[in-house]
Amino acid sequence: MAIDFKVNGRDVSVDADADTPLLWALREDLALTGTKFGCGIAACGACSVHVDGTLTRSCSVAISDIAGKSVTTIEGLKGADGAMHQVQQAWIDAQVPQCGYCQSGQIMAAVALIEATGSPSEAQIDEAMTNICRCGTYPRIRKAIMAATRQAATGQAATALQGEA
Amino acid sequence: MADNPTPHLDAAEIATTPPKKKGVVRRAFLFGSALLVGGAAFGVYWGDSSAKARARALTETGNDHNFLSWMKIAEDDTVTVYSPHIDFGQGTHTALGQMLADELDADWSKVKVEQAPADSAFANTPLGQGFLAEMSGAPGVINALPPALISMIARAMPLQITGGSSAVRFTGQVGMRAVGAAVRLALIEEAADRLGVPVSELATADSKVIHAKSGKTLRYGELAAGAAERSLTSDPVLKTAKDFKLIGKPVPRIDIPTKVDGSAIYGIDFTLPDMRVATIAAAPIRGGKLLSVDETPALAVTGVEKVIRLDDAVVVVAKRYWQAQKGLRALSPQFSDGGHGGVSSASIHAAQEALRKAGKPDNKGGDGDVDAAFGVAGARTVSADYRVPFLHHAMMEPFALTGHFTEGKLTLWGGLQDPLSTRARAAKAAGIDVDDVVFNPMIMGGGFGRRFPDMTEIIDQVALLAKQLPYPVKLVWSREEDVRHGTYRPQSSAQLKATLGEDGRIAAWRTDYVQSGDAEGETTFVYTVPATSRRHFNYQSNQIDGPWRAVNSTQIGFYNESFIDELAEAAGEDPYQFRRKHLAAGSRHLKVLDTVAKRAGWGSPLPDGVGRGIAIVESFGTIVAEVIEATVREDGSPKVLKAWAVVDCGTTVNPLNAEAQIAGGLIMGLSSAIGEEITLDKGAVVQSNFNDYAILKLADAPPVIDVHFIESGAKIGGIGEPGLPPASPALANALFAATGKRIRTLPLRTQAKA
Repeated sequence: MAIDFKVNGRDVSVDADADTPLLWALREDLALTGTKFGCGIAACGACSVHVDGTLTRSCSVAISDIAGKSVTTIEGLKGADGAMHQVQQAWIDAQVPQCGYCQSGQIMAAVALIEATGSPSEAQIDEAMTNICRCGTYPRIRKAIMAATRQAATGQAATALQGEA
Repeated sequence: MADNPTPHLDAAEIATTPPKKKGVVRRAFLFGSALLVGGAAFGVYWGDSSAKARARALTETGNDHNFLSWMKIAEDDTVTVYSPHIDFGQGTHTALGQMLADELDADWSKVKVEQAPADSAFANTPLGQGFLAEMSGAPGVINALPPALISMIARAMPLQITGGSSAVRFTGQVGMRAVGAAVRLALIEEAADRLGVPVSELATADSKVIHAKSGKTLRYGELAAGAAERSLTSDPVLKTAKDFKLIGKPVPRIDIPTKVDGSAIYGIDFTLPDMRVATIAAAPIRGGKLLSVDETPALAVTGVEKVIRLDDAVVVVAKRYWQAQKGLRALSPQFSDGGHGGVSSASIHAAQEALRKAGKPDNKGGDGDVDAAFGVAGARTVSADYRVPFLHHAMMEPFALTGHFTEGKLTLWGGLQDPLSTRARAAKAAGIDVDDVVFNPMIMGGGFGRRFPDMTEIIDQVALLAKQLPYPVKLVWSREEDVRHGTYRPQSSAQLKATLGEDGRIAAWRTDYVQSGDAEGETTFVYTVPATSRRHFNYQSNQIDGPWRAVNSTQIGFYNESFIDELAEAAGEDPYQFRRKHLAAGSRHLKVLDTVAKRAGWGSPLPDGVGRGIAIVESFGTIVAEVIEATVREDGSPKVLKAWAVVDCGTTVNPLNAEAQIAGGLIMGLSSAIGEEITLDKGAVVQSNFNDYAILKLADAPPVIDVHFIESGAKIGGIGEPGLPPASPALANALFAATGKRIRTLPLRTQAKA
């Protein structure tokens, strides 16, 4: 059956069994392979995407539940000009990835956390960042989130000042 | 080098000898195993061979020129370095590129590093030389590798292995730097010819040859065509540390941007037109065979096209992964137990205990008369038994390999650790000549020792599938398949016994350990003790034991570094001070230990319930000491608060990346110590996925790890593995300090509960 939804701002239609996990529709039908298969049971977070702005483990949500919704994947984070999202840039600056396989999911989780909290505390980072990284990049993930948060805060302050002027 | 038939110039000669005319001497290629006869010779051998034609065909695209297989220079100055090692996140490609580019005086912004094609023209002779030199000289990494790999080294030059923390130590030091330096000299010679000036008046920088007197410069891209026709010195003089521009500098990893925007294509992401996707269920018990399966339920699932029976597995082929997975779940295959249906973790431990108590070791090592020391009347003797479980690699990317069999040839795409051996194994499985197998290496989502071809059955599976299918097929293992069919770090146990002399020092130390495989080469025992004895009792379960990051240094490190803490306790001494007494004055080990103690503030007061543990392990030529501060939660689980690591690996090539490797290794060590365990019941693995194989998460990792390197200038050591072994004993020692409870069986889980 054909299921219509939006991915990274684009209208798509996927012809797949209703119970197909969103993960596999993204990877195999839409060729968006930045979203990774790690466990299939929502335990590792490698498949994390945003569905209508909510952080979602795409291996464990059926495509039929996505009909009419809007999905953002790692490929959709960059700006229209191709510039990296501030969280992606923070990941580069902190040299976070090793094998890199889990990092799409980590970045999607971090973006959701920063969008939800503005400036997350250490405890909020602990609570929200439950994705598994086998290479053990956690200290740099933490550092990158803090850096991206500072950057966002500075950016917002600058925007606010301009607004006042 | 006496039988080296190629011309040979040293730098002094080059500086004073007129440049050779083009075409007089044939181009030399980095190749050949002749040098290996007799063992320990170092240096790059530059023989001619048919490799030249293949290397050029595989790399040159029309406006670029290959040198010695391992690099090319394009007319726009782009330098491409071909790495014979796989980069699965350890930063090897960047480090090898830095080493070559530094000697070449290349402009780093125009350097690319690519995976070398799986062809013997890109064989890695320096790696073989490095391993053999270590084998014939000091004991080292060669002994740290699994026996199957050692025999492969012995029989199967050329090599494209990645392992043994070897890339930078051997390939980089012996190979990449020499190539860069030799090509730089050829570029200078070419420029001297063009400008009509002596070589001695020329300098190089940023991919240019510079003639200061006239102010003229020539770009490498302009010189490449001519330089590529020149002979190259086999023994170029390398830079000294003061002249390094890239080596030792925190150069950002070249692969990282593609790993944050989703554009990096891993083996599991690969796709071809008309490709089908397959998934597999192998016998739940290692050694079992497929007895029967009714394929009907799978074929009823939308998209499923075929059910294929292998000797020990059933495979479902479909248009999509999810369809194949649904098809597989619909099946009820029957497997035999291979005679192992009674095996359990408990039965393995009982068998290991019995074997040790029977007292007939398979291998022995050590020095001095331990029994005499144990027999001294009134001597204070301490003995303790330790146990560690099977550990799984759990690389984040589940196994995936694509194969296409057409016109008698098999082409493969995927991430495996040794491309040349991958071809050999695939050829054997498919029953075709190795020259009829093409392997395209791809980025890997982790490895940690799981992707060596000699224990990677997915190669056989894909070869057999592809032969039966008219279209390309990608086989993807589910996480459940991955967890239940690992090549685990073996379940092992040990009894340690030591005697304290009247002076409060250790007089004798014996380690009796039971596991598959002798770990003698990895027992780099750092302490000065008059009498030591190591006895290995060989026990093989029904599992295929694999090298797991840091290999035997993980359990041997846990045994030794936990036990010396017990001895310190028995002697009534501080664990750090007690270790100090057994390390040679002025040694690298003592400096590493003292430095970590100082950085961690050893001895300073701690809050109630917080303990500090220390451990030092040497592995893969690198000495690492770690301090962990930890406490125990109400449920008994450990909470790591802070961590320090001090490392002497001789020289760090890329400090930024070396820090990541040590910190990552430390975290993997903590993860294994706290919660990881594969158990067997009725012959089969009990765990199935990340819900029951617990990998440490961010909240449980130390927020900051203080990593410090001592640049001792000693022989360069590995960096990918040595951060791991001290972590588990340092944590167990910290829990002892916090609670007074000595935990001798891993994982720790909630054993520290009050």
